[in-house]
Amino acid sequence: MKEGFRQAMAWLHTWTGLIFGWLLFAIFLTGTLSYFKEEISHWTQPEVPVRALDAPASLALAQDYLQLHAPQAASWFIRLPDAREPGLSVSWREHGGGRRDFIDKTLDPATGAEIQARDTRGGEFFYRFHFQLEMPHPWGRWLATFAAFIMLVGLVTGIITHKKIFKEFFTFRPGKGQRSWLDGHNAIGVLVLPFHLMISYSSLVIFMAMVMPASIIASYGDDTRGFFNDLFGAPAEVRAAGVSAPLMPLPTLYAQVQAQSPGSRVGWIEVQTPGDQNARVRFSRHAGERIAHQRGGGWLFDGVNGTLQAQSSLEATPMLISGGMYGLHMGEFAGPWLRWLYFFFGLAGTAVIGTGLVMWLGKRQLKHAKRDAQPFELRLVEVLNIASMSGLVLGVAAFFWANRLLPVALAGRADWEIRWFFLLWALSLLHAMLRPGRRAWAEQLSLAAVLWAGLPLLNQLTTGQGLLQSIPAGDWAMAGFDLTALGSGLFLAWAAGKMWRTPVVSKRAAKPAKRACSTLIESEVG
Amino acid sequence: MNLKVAALPLSYRLAVTSRCLAAVLGGYVLAAMASVCVTLLAPMPKAEAVISGMMLSFLFYLVAFLWCFACRSAWHAWWGVLLPSLVLGAINGLAYWAGN
Repeated sequence: MKEGFRQAMAWLHTWTGLIFGWLLFAIFLTGTLSYFKEEISHWTQPEVPVRALDAPASLALAQDYLQLHAPQAASWFIRLPDAREPGLSVSWREHGGGRRDFIDKTLDPATGAEIQARDTRGGEFFYRFHFQLEMPHPWGRWLATFAAFIMLVGLVTGIITHKKIFKEFFTFRPGKGQRSWLDGHNAIGVLVLPFHLMISYSSLVIFMAMVMPASIIASYGDDTRGFFNDLFGAPAEVRAAGVSAPLMPLPTLYAQVQAQSPGSRVGWIEVQTPGDQNARVRFSRHAGERIAHQRGGGWLFDGVNGTLQAQSSLEATPMLISGGMYGLHMGEFAGPWLRWLYFFFGLAGTAVIGTGLVMWLGKRQLKHAKRDAQPFELRLVEVLNIASMSGLVLGVAAFFWANRLLPVALAGRADWEIRWFFLLWALSLLHAMLRPGRRAWAEQLSLAAVLWAGLPLLNQLTTGQGLLQSIPAGDWAMAGFDLTALGSGLFLAWAAGKMWRTPVVSKRAAKPAKRACSTLIESEVG
Repeated sequence: MNLKVAALPLSYRLAVTSRCLAAVLGGYVLAAMASVCVTLLAPMPKAEAVISGMMLSFLFYLVAFLWCFACRSAWHAWWGVLLPSLVLGAINGLAYWAGN
């Protein structure tokens, strides 16, 4: 580290990238999938029918259902179906139940009948994995947040290292081995740079109260609740009066919301102490209504006489910025086109990390190309590269295959899907340890290609809601999943083909690549 | 870093370890102190000042982190994060005492 500023930053970029690259790859890929969380959940629960959207009718059905099944509940929650998630979901909390003791049901939005959908965590699994890493609370969140910080460090050191940032942006030299990987890494990194900076900084902002609580403690002392009350407004504690009174029809209140702000979408609907004189109904604003995230906003009604109690107000600038960061990260405001852009930007982030890992290894392997055995540490990185990249892709595919193949009535079904995910991931690690590097890549990518491209067929055979039905029916969430799986399968097949074609590191093949590499070392990252 | 890994002396490895600790732990202390400082000094309502302090703290962490690997020696790394932390800590102490 005596060389100079840029060399020191290149060193930092190289080594933080290596150590956190595997983890960041998994976080980025599952996070990218989470932009289609609702669509994935829809695919994993094909029993939920897609109906024409009719909010007031669905709301009335939900109210009837809850009145019948949970008249004594402490509170009800209703989520209306939308274009992305077709189910009408209701849940309630019994009196005396803990904060997280919910009973959840999914209803048919057209008939109000309870749907017996298969037990799965669907898109929620990848979303949670992306920042909790299936680790006990709060370790997963801490690790994921630290990884996000390292991503930010990687981006800034990458910019510093990459001196000819604009000139080289227009340079792509395909088919030149190591040089092409570097060009690709740089081009994708620079092209999507604003997204990358936003996504890593906003992850820190999302968890800032957890990871950087010093200023909360300095201002509020032990009273952290006071801080959150100042932020989101004190939770209106509704005490049951003990006098029963009929709840207003929810569609009437919904009509009031629509009259107040026409065309606005509603997120959750919460009814506190239903059937009591003090009942309160809150319509929260749909998260997709605006970019900046806001908690505790929306419209609050008296549940018995229907008067509007409170409405969300304007916020101060720091809250708008932090809420804006949150909203930009989640991308809930994004319509279909922007959502696809988010998805491809996420894939680009994953690709930058992946190409970086491949380059780290490739450059060092070339030095040992003349010898038969490579040093232990290079072999270790090679195995971890394969398992963390193609292994994860296999694991995700395994989750979806399990979703279709496991018996619907199996006890603990949702957990078994997750076990399949981890099992295939672990097997890919074992496989990578047993096979030579390039061969392991080729074999795993081929299997992944078959599994992904096979998903539409599997869906067609097991549910009768495959592409032949979903496209004519206009169920684009279902069809989009199948088509994306097919596209992923084709991409993986192309990648596998590349791996099969080039011979296993022979001395003959290493020569032209080596020439490319020597120019690389002169000009770039040391 | 074109040196071979095996050729690096132990002192170099210890220095790198020391820099890493300075970056991760020392940088965190600096960021926390900076966030408190912004919170206590910013002329804003309490909750807004807290949010601003927390949001800015990561930039301090970032700069401290980079400093720890850019400076000339591991000792510089430690001084570079601890000295500003102490200064900020003193300011925080005064501001806290004045505020109560």
